[in-house]
Amino acid sequence: MTFEDNLGPNGDALYAELIATHEGLDLDASHALNARLVLMLMNEVGDPARISAILKAARASSG
Amino acid sequence: MAFDYAPFPYIAPPGLTAPEPRAPVAIVGAGPIGLAMAIDLAQRGIASVVLDDNNVVSVGSRAICWAKRTLEIFDRLGVGARMLEKGVTWKVGRLFHGAEEVYSFDLLPEAGHKYPAFINLQQYYVEQYLVERAQDFADLIDLRFLNRVTAHHDHGDHVTLDIETPDGPYMLEADYLIAADGAGSPTRTRMGLPFEGQTFEEHFLIVDVELPESPFATDDPERWFWFAPPFHNGQSALLHKQPDNIYRIDLQLGPETDPKLEATEDKVIPRIKAIIGDMPFRLDWMSVYKFRCARLDRFVHGRVIFVGDSAHVVSPFGARGGNGGIQDVDNLGWKLAQVLRGGAPALLDSYDEERHHGALENIANSSRATNFMTPKSEIDMLFRNETLRLAHDHPFARKLINSGRLSTPCSLAGMRLQSGDHPLVGRSLIDLPLGNSWLVEQAHGGFSLLCADDQHWQVPDDVTLIPLPDTDMRRTRYGDTGAFLVRPDSHICAFLASPDALPAALARAKGGKP
Repeated sequence: MTFEDNLGPNGDALYAELIATHEGLDLDASHALNARLVLMLMNEVGDPARISAILKAARASSG
Repeated sequence: MAFDYAPFPYIAPPGLTAPEPRAPVAIVGAGPIGLAMAIDLAQRGIASVVLDDNNVVSVGSRAICWAKRTLEIFDRLGVGARMLEKGVTWKVGRLFHGAEEVYSFDLLPEAGHKYPAFINLQQYYVEQYLVERAQDFADLIDLRFLNRVTAHHDHGDHVTLDIETPDGPYMLEADYLIAADGAGSPTRTRMGLPFEGQTFEEHFLIVDVELPESPFATDDPERWFWFAPPFHNGQSALLHKQPDNIYRIDLQLGPETDPKLEATEDKVIPRIKAIIGDMPFRLDWMSVYKFRCARLDRFVHGRVIFVGDSAHVVSPFGARGGNGGIQDVDNLGWKLAQVLRGGAPALLDSYDEERHHGALENIANSSRATNFMTPKSEIDMLFRNETLRLAHDHPFARKLINSGRLSTPCSLAGMRLQSGDHPLVGRSLIDLPLGNSWLVEQAHGGFSLLCADDQHWQVPDDVTLIPLPDTDMRRTRYGDTGAFLVRPDSHICAFLASPDALPAALARAKGGKP
């Protein structure tokens, strides 16, 4: 399964906002923030089938 | 073949022997922005004196990517066709992660435009063409090389300049002073104006090499960008073709490099060989640089107006420096000409408003691209690398990879000169074939009214009436109702549902009360 773009022209600004959210945190704090983000975004996606597909695809892309 | 840097002649200015009459406009800087400004004003009948401390065109290729909108402006100024003929037209960009291509893009897939999305042409050619074009206006453009401005004073209703020449100093008066004197603007420094923004610590090496054959895999010139290229340890690289078989190579060197050491043949030649293999080549030019994104708070200070790099600087990724500056010229020329003829002074405020907005957009885009290319922290690097990894499999991640979002004109929607509710209001003209000509050739210089339906449209003497052609392409780009009022800089400033709305929209676009 491949994932198409949903962010459109806002992609760059949202990526920059994500990086800025981490500014000033040490690595441990950043990993903790990432964990919270994953849980919150998972809740926002909602659909269990879709979340399972995302989890599998993210794992499959690991090098 | 190496470019022939023939010096332009110095002619002793008349001000050395007797006071000169006040010039309507003095332009400091004979780079692409200052020269384009002088030509734009001359085409509107406004005389200017152009002062430059140097007497040759840009040394090194410097600005090379000229965007479609810029070419349309250069078309109006009379050098567009010449630039297109000499320039290298490209539209395909390829992005690599390591040795593997992650994706490619085609910048202008649709027909019906006079100019392509981009050409590459060395800045020295652009300046040469602009100087030659300026010489067509012998009565209106006074080019003064080896004339260095050492001081200026704003007297409220005019400006005086102190100028140094090989024959000594003289003084010049002008109604307005336009500072086109570049990123290190002496005019800005003299005025003590803050020029603030983000400085990037990363060093980049920029090299022009002449090659006997294309290093690209295809015959068509393209833009190739690598993250973590196999030939250059861990960083990024960019490859572009220019005319005369000269190729531009940009290599990211990292923050901890010594620019003086890197910009030597001993260091550079092995780097080039790593990219192109054993092909023979000639080193044409090289430079090691850092950059920043910064801007002035205001571009208009009394009788002094800033255009181009003196007003705002960006990183080169996205080609928004030279292209942004030419859009300043396009925006300012008609407004300053109207003000000099007694038009509404609010037009100069609208230059500040509109181009400030353009500069912020350019700075935002080039800062994001530069930040993506030069991650500042471990977590920043982690996100960048995982985006690249996901991009091999997932289209969404390809959209997040940022190697520079290429220059497009900003929308002026919602600003003071614009009116009418339509998605095209504020945008720059979208080209169309128009008989044997093009819309961008017809709707520029003055105001135009583009009519999309057959209501009884009538225009005053200073507006050109252009019925849009009855084609599917026109309906796709402009729809089939109402009319669009187009400014002298080819931005759509109003949508009119019916002819009685024209006078108010036109008054507003001229900086007056609607």
